[in-house]
Parts: sequence; structure tokens; C-alpha cells
Amino acid sequence: MLVREVNQLSIAVTGMNARADNPGPGMAVARCLREMANFQGKIIGLGYDVLDPGLFQTELTDAGYLLPYPSAGEQELLARLQYIQEKEGIDILIPCLDAEILSMIHLQDEIAALGIKMLLPTKDQLQLRNKDRLHEFVNEIGVKTPEQTVVTNSRFFNDCTKKGWSYPLVVKGQFYDAGIAYNPEQAIALFHKIAAVWGMPILVQKLIEGDEVNLTGLGDGEGNLLGTVMMRKRAITDKGKAWAGITVHDGGLLKEAEKLVQALKWRGPLEVEMMRDNQGDYYLIEINPRFPAWIYLAKANGSNLPRALLEMLQQQPLSELETPKVGTLFIRYAQDVIVSLADFEAMTMTGERTKQD
Amino acid sequence: MNANKKTAEKPLDNFLSLYGDSLKRLALNDSGFVFDPMNGHSFTVNPSGLELLKLMQKQKDVELIKHQILRDFDVSTEMLERDVVEFSEQLKRYLK
Repeated sequence: MLVREVNQLSIAVTGMNARADNPGPGMAVARCLREMANFQGKIIGLGYDVLDPGLFQTELTDAGYLLPYPSAGEQELLARLQYIQEKEGIDILIPCLDAEILSMIHLQDEIAALGIKMLLPTKDQLQLRNKDRLHEFVNEIGVKTPEQTVVTNSRFFNDCTKKGWSYPLVVKGQFYDAGIAYNPEQAIALFHKIAAVWGMPILVQKLIEGDEVNLTGLGDGEGNLLGTVMMRKRAITDKGKAWAGITVHDGGLLKEAEKLVQALKWRGPLEVEMMRDNQGDYYLIEINPRFPAWIYLAKANGSNLPRALLEMLQQQPLSELETPKVGTLFIRYAQDVIVSLADFEAMTMTGERTKQD
Repeated sequence: MNANKKTAEKPLDNFLSLYGDSLKRLALNDSGFVFDPMNGHSFTVNPSGLELLKLMQKQKDVELIKHQILRDFDVSTEMLERDVVEFSEQLKRYLK
């Protein structure tokens, strides 16, 4: 069977949201694909909100479509993907948001039957990196995590110092959101704020003083970690997301990430977030099952990981992934995407923007 | 006087034995821009700071380092002692 070259594929990318304080990775992934040598394929932007800029950014996406929110159910998502597939002929789908990965895993056979390939972790792999299970799993393989406990009642914060906890400490949602509390009042306020949005239980972690370091790469499903790029944030937004970052080479971080990927036999893109404390010890904060929003930094350093993902799915030899040059900085900025009333109307009324609009 | 000198020397000896390996990884530019490729920190130093860093990357002999700085820069021994201690304290913040 003839296998198409990766630069001729139709690729759908989710996560086209790009609010400046917490952008999704989709537009950065699309940029990596668009800048592949001799790219003659098509990029379809998929988003959840009519104001997701990547849906309209014609330099990056050839068309944009809205997807139903996860709460609508997986069959709604499948039906929408089937519709988009009939119109666009997608070869590969790259999910870029944490919240949709599980649905994509559940639907992967049906999505494959539509002729769309994806590179995803297994359900077990995904669940092992869930915040509530991560602690137990990684400690078994010798990777440290900040000391953590599950809290279901805000009274915990009034007497936690008697149980060996000390302020400041980190209050986290099970799926998203976190904050640092310096006293019981702040902790209780954070507890209620996060629980109201993300539900119970709430996780409480010991605060690790030090530097946050991040790594992205591709797991091949056999325990190997490919094309690693490491980055340290140099400036962050109010939500703690990178606003500027610089490539580094941190041997300790690489070793810990390799240990994780080996143990998980991770398949697909990932981002590993760790804290290195002042004694040089590493603590795993999170494993994200997707490319990070700063993925273009990897491409700019000769390690085009989205292209490598296409090559893996097409079972083609991987193009060279260069060892990243340390000291390359990215500085993010917000840009206005201009949208015609016709395109805005089309997205609002039909959830799509195609070339004809 | 000798006893004072020994006491003053000690911080740099300690600093070099603790941070000698970290210093070696620093990328130094003649402009005075310094980058740590492991932790991503960057900072700037003046010409004497740059010279001191270059010397500390090459050797751990504190006496030799001081001798070369005194030879190349217009600085008194007392001022050098003080500056070196202060400089090494500042460096610690970036070499974590």
C-alpha cells in the first residue's frame, strides 16, 4: 500500500484556544506542521469555543471546526468527527488538550475506522499519570513527588500543622488549578474556590522551593523517549504558564523523565513538569499527555516533534531530531486575529470555517 | 594579620570546593553575559567579575586566582578579599 509522505497529509489539531494567560498547544503544533519542509498538506483546526483564534488563523489552519464539549458525551464527539472527516478527509488527528484525551482513547477504534490515525497513550498509562494516582506509582519506580494528601474537608487546614504539615503549602484540584496558601485562611479560600470548579477531592502538597523545569518528547510505546527538549520558564503569566522560557540541558531531569517513560511505556507526546529543589533533588509535579504550548521552541531547535509524530504514525523512518541548542529563548506575545463577519457568522451558526467562507 | 587573611580566604575556598563543577558549565561571553545551560539562569558581570569567573573555571587554587586579579586590575588586597566574598555569595544564587 502506498504510504503518503507526511508533508502531504491532512492533519486535524485540537486546542486552538489561545487566551494569553493560558494558551492551548494547538496553534503551536499547527505552526510546527505548517513549517515542515515542502508542506503541501492541510491543517484543520479544532476547538471548543467560537472565539478560539486558531479556528480563524488562516496562516496556520486551512479550516476550523467546533467540537462538542466533553460533557455532551463521546457519541456526540464521534458524530462530529465523522462529519468533519467527510468534509475534510483527515489522515491524522493530534489531540492537544488533557480533558479530551480519555474520550479519544475510548473512541480510538471508531476514529480509526473513519480512517483517522492518532498516537495516544493507553487508558492505563493515562490513568497512572492522574494526579491522585501519580504519587503512588512514581514512588514505586524511584521518582520523588512532593508529599501529598487528599483532603475532603476544609477543617483540615485549621489543624494540619499538628499533623506535620507547615505553611506555605500547595492546594490543587484533582484535574486542574492550583495555588499556594501561606496560612489557613488562604488555604480554605483556595479549597472552596477549586472545589467549586473542579470538584472534590482536593489535593494538598508540600511546597518544594526551587526551580521548575520542563521536558517534552515523544514516547515510542516501547519505553524509549525521543527528541527531548528541556525548558526552564523565565517569565510566567498569572496562571503560572510560561510567558518566556529558555532551552536548558538538565541531565537530572532527563534521567527522571526517561525513568518515567520506560516504566510507563508511554506512547505519544508528553510534557514532564518537575521541581528541582535547592539540594538538587527532583520532584515530579505533573505528566501532561500531549505536546506543551511551548512546542514551537522544540521545532525551532531542530526537533520538530509534531513531524516526528506523523512519521511514527505513517511508519516512516524518523527525520533527524537534533540535540537542542541550550540557551534558545522564546518570548510569547499576543496577536490579534482579524475575522470577517462572514467567518464569524459561519462559526457561530454552523461551527465551521472552511476555505470557501 | 595572617589569621585574618586565612579567615578571609576560607569563604572562596569553600565556594570553589562546593561550586567548582557548577562554575565549569557556565558559558561566558566577553561582553560579560553569563548563561548557565543547566538551569537557564543568566546574569551579567563586570570585567573584573568576568576575569574572576574565567580564573575560577580553570583552577581551584585561591592564591593563584587572587594573584592574577591583583596583577591585572587596580585593586587593593583588602578590597579584593571583600569583593571576592561578596561576588561568590551572589553567584550562589544563580548556581542552584
